[in-house]
Amino acid sequence: MSEANKQPSAEPMILMQGVHKWYGQFHVLKDINLSVQAGERIVLCGPSGSGKSTAIRCLNRLEEHQQGRIVVDGTELTQDLKHIEAVRREVGMVFQHFNLFPHLTVLQNCTLAPMWVRKMPKRQAEEIAMHFLERVRIPEQAGKYPGQLSGGQQQRVAIARALCMKPKIMLFDEPTSALDPEMVKEVLDTMVSLAEDGMTMLCVTHEMGFARTVANRVIFLDKGEIVEQADPDTFFTNPQNERTQLFLSQILH
Amino acid sequence: MQTHSFKPDLPPPVLSVGVLGWLRANLFSNWFNTLLTFFAIYLIWLIVPPIIQWAFINADWTGTTRADCTSGGACWVFVQQRLGQFMYGFYPTELRWRVDATLWLAIIGAAPLFVPQMPRKALYGLGFLLVYPVLAYWLLHGGLFGLSVVSTSQWGGLLLTLVIAAVGISGALPLGILLALGRRSNMPAIRVICVTFIEFWRGVPLITVLFMSSVMLPLFLPEGMHFDKLMRALLGVILFQSAYIAEVVRGGLQAIPKGQYEAAAAMGLGYWRMMGLVILPQALKLVIPGIVNTFIALFKDTSLVIIIGLFDLLNSIKQATTDPAWLGMATEGYVFAALVFWIFCFGMSRYSMHLERKLDTGHKR
Amino acid sequence: MQTSANVPRPRGSVWTDPQVRAWVFQIIAVIAVVALGWYLFDNTQTNLEKRGIVSGFGFLGNSAGFGIAQHLIEYTESDTYGRVFLVGLLNTLLVSFIGIVLASILGFILGVARLSPNWLISKMATVYIETFRNIPPLLQILFWYFAVFLTLPGPRDSLGINDTFFLNSRGLYMPSPGPSENFWPFALVLLATIAAIVVMGRWAKARREATGQVFHAFWASLAMIILIPGLAVLIGGNPLVWSVPELSGFNFRGGWVLIPELMALTLALTIYTAAFIAENVRSGIMAVSHGQTEAARSLGLRPGNTLRLVIIPQALRVIIPPLTSQYLNLAKNSSLAAGIGYPDMVSLFAGTVLNQTGQAIEVIAITMSVYLAISISISLLMNWYNKRIALIER
Repeated sequence: MSEANKQPSAEPMILMQGVHKWYGQFHVLKDINLSVQAGERIVLCGPSGSGKSTAIRCLNRLEEHQQGRIVVDGTELTQDLKHIEAVRREVGMVFQHFNLFPHLTVLQNCTLAPMWVRKMPKRQAEEIAMHFLERVRIPEQAGKYPGQLSGGQQQRVAIARALCMKPKIMLFDEPTSALDPEMVKEVLDTMVSLAEDGMTMLCVTHEMGFARTVANRVIFLDKGEIVEQADPDTFFTNPQNERTQLFLSQILH
Repeated sequence: MQTHSFKPDLPPPVLSVGVLGWLRANLFSNWFNTLLTFFAIYLIWLIVPPIIQWAFINADWTGTTRADCTSGGACWVFVQQRLGQFMYGFYPTELRWRVDATLWLAIIGAAPLFVPQMPRKALYGLGFLLVYPVLAYWLLHGGLFGLSVVSTSQWGGLLLTLVIAAVGISGALPLGILLALGRRSNMPAIRVICVTFIEFWRGVPLITVLFMSSVMLPLFLPEGMHFDKLMRALLGVILFQSAYIAEVVRGGLQAIPKGQYEAAAAMGLGYWRMMGLVILPQALKLVIPGIVNTFIALFKDTSLVIIIGLFDLLNSIKQATTDPAWLGMATEGYVFAALVFWIFCFGMSRYSMHLERKLDTGHKR
Repeated sequence: MQTSANVPRPRGSVWTDPQVRAWVFQIIAVIAVVALGWYLFDNTQTNLEKRGIVSGFGFLGNSAGFGIAQHLIEYTESDTYGRVFLVGLLNTLLVSFIGIVLASILGFILGVARLSPNWLISKMATVYIETFRNIPPLLQILFWYFAVFLTLPGPRDSLGINDTFFLNSRGLYMPSPGPSENFWPFALVLLATIAAIVVMGRWAKARREATGQVFHAFWASLAMIILIPGLAVLIGGNPLVWSVPELSGFNFRGGWVLIPELMALTLALTIYTAAFIAENVRSGIMAVSHGQTEAARSLGLRPGNTLRLVIIPQALRVIIPPLTSQYLNLAKNSSLAAGIGYPDMVSLFAGTVLNQTGQAIEVIAITMSVYLAISISISLLMNWYNKRIALIER
């Protein structure tokens, strides 16, 4: 799809239409319909196995959907590798287990993709990397290896690494679930500041405090279906659905 | 309050499941994969039919001499005619029941060890390990209670292969455990001795060890002391193998968390009690698959005794192929030998993988 | 620990002091080892005297008096045992080298094939691995030698390829190159090309880092190394004169020959070791978690770059240590040459020379020391390598 026929204001950043996915015989995603505008901040929650991770992993085709359409930033995700790579260039992802490259320094982790994918000169890539490492407040760790950092620091590096590609959309797949409690805040703070800058974000998370303050919309998934979506105020104070209520009562004590 | 009515599970699209889905995902997912599939089919077509043709369709199974092989394929008559020699070597034909009895004794005796519910398994196992070798030696070698003596120079074939492998591993195991403990000891002199010993045997090929034990051992021994060929080979095999066992056991010792040592020490156990009651039982259980793998290597290595002139399975077959009455049977002979070795080694490696999985799940909570 | 003055040190028996016990135990162990050594040495001394064997390495200077089927250095029957040792050592190294190169190539292909998403390819690799690693290497050597190479037709009925290669029961005959008058100019051109490729590689890297533009240095190098020397040959003529083997009488003359012993040994060792290398490669690649691939792909890296920049550097750290021990095994297994009479170090030296001279101790000691030296230097190298590449962690 060419730049010319893109209409940034009218067309949603992300569009999922009737998306289905199966793992073998198991129906994980059932008729997912979702449209996300630029600058929106969406939180996906739901019990484990509800398909929320699978849903956002379909958005950069780490998982393949078998039915329906997914259009990201005007590019439809199909078998075509060119489209997939175009989408991945514009979509940053942060994983539960960081997935930093252990054989590269923090700085090299951040410059790898800009240099090899964006074909950026090394100096420029390093400047950008340092900019984002300052942004996540760990520029002093640039020369270290991931194994030398704490979990919270590693996750912040992972966020910086994704930001170095200057993505239009950021996906967070349970970014704080693998962290020790005292490290959750430093990562959430980074995400909040990112939201304040107007980044389009989709987060799978159980941090309901984060959802309340940052999200424009909270989506509740169960058994592969979107059961309820609402703005955080309505969602937390006045959930419409009994599944949602049950889930909230379990998670908010 | 609303109640969400969940949509029913739908069957996946036809193309992604069933035979079609499987074919698409595993053989024809893209053009490169499809190309590979055709390449593989071509290779199989090139290799498999001629082998089947030779080994089965065109093969001769019955007869007594070479002249009975007329079909142009494999002449299994050769293997059939010489099977006795391949299995027992020069063990007198009328006494071969003693070999069979030894084997049956081993199978029957060891069977309870593979029954999971068997009580006092360790005690029984230990007893079996102590009693069986004596019985087996008496049966095979004779000389007591009316059994006539069959000297070890008459042992051969698969019998000899199994004897070397079994004696090799049972001798190497205790020695290897001691060496592993020595290598982990905090006494420097003991450590140096053990490390030197282990690294020496691990650094040289088994062939040179066999050469050494066959030509140098007689020089090392005092006047009048004499080892027969088999004993010399066994000694070499045991020393060689113990170094490998030691390294496997060391891996197990290292895998035991420090807390176990500390807990045992805190209970007031001395070194040998700590090792014998707490550490070794856990470590040895961990390394059983490793020991089985070492045993597979040893089993394959037994074929090296050919170099010092013992007639194990491989050498018996090699000799038979040089028999003028059966010239040109090398392929059949070696394929048969390969099959026998393969069945043993593959079986054991499957068993070791099975154990690994079983032990692995035992360690996950 | 410091004992203060007013607290009397508890008096125990000397025997319950662990330090004393450790010392006593160690002293006893050392004495036992020395005593055993002395006992063996003394027996040997007596036995040697009785048999009238003079120990020492003087025999290495004596003339050997036997021929060797394959020697990489000049050798005649009148050469010394010392030279026989050298010939054998070189033959061992030759087999090990060829075997290691071929087994690595085959092993890597099989290891990757086993992980292939293509079911047939992966199953075929599995069948190969499970078949060949469960058959003793000596048996495989004997099979190739006695059942395959020795049953080939004689020189007169050789299987010929293009009338330049001939395969028969005496070996594989192939043309051997010699320099023509164009050799040196051609070598100069070749060297210049290689230098140019090195310079280009550096330039390409510098340019990529400076501007981000990727220059496909690999393909350019490939083109250069084929085209430039090719052009040189077209203009200046062939730099090599090939001596093609020709049948004269009952055997071939000219060219190079790979004796059947060498072929059987290398083939069997390659096939056997490749099965183990394949397993190392497979587990090395599997040791890199799937998350690494996902992270790289989600950053937009292409599959090729993901493999080259993320997966392989990590997998190699896991693969290389067991790979070296497989190389070491292959070198040690090359001693199985004794089973078919390939003139390697063990069969020449610990076999023939030992039989002729009776100098068992010296011969075995020399043979073992060579292997020990190889093993120890490789493991030192390995330890150094492991320290260097270990992933830095807290």
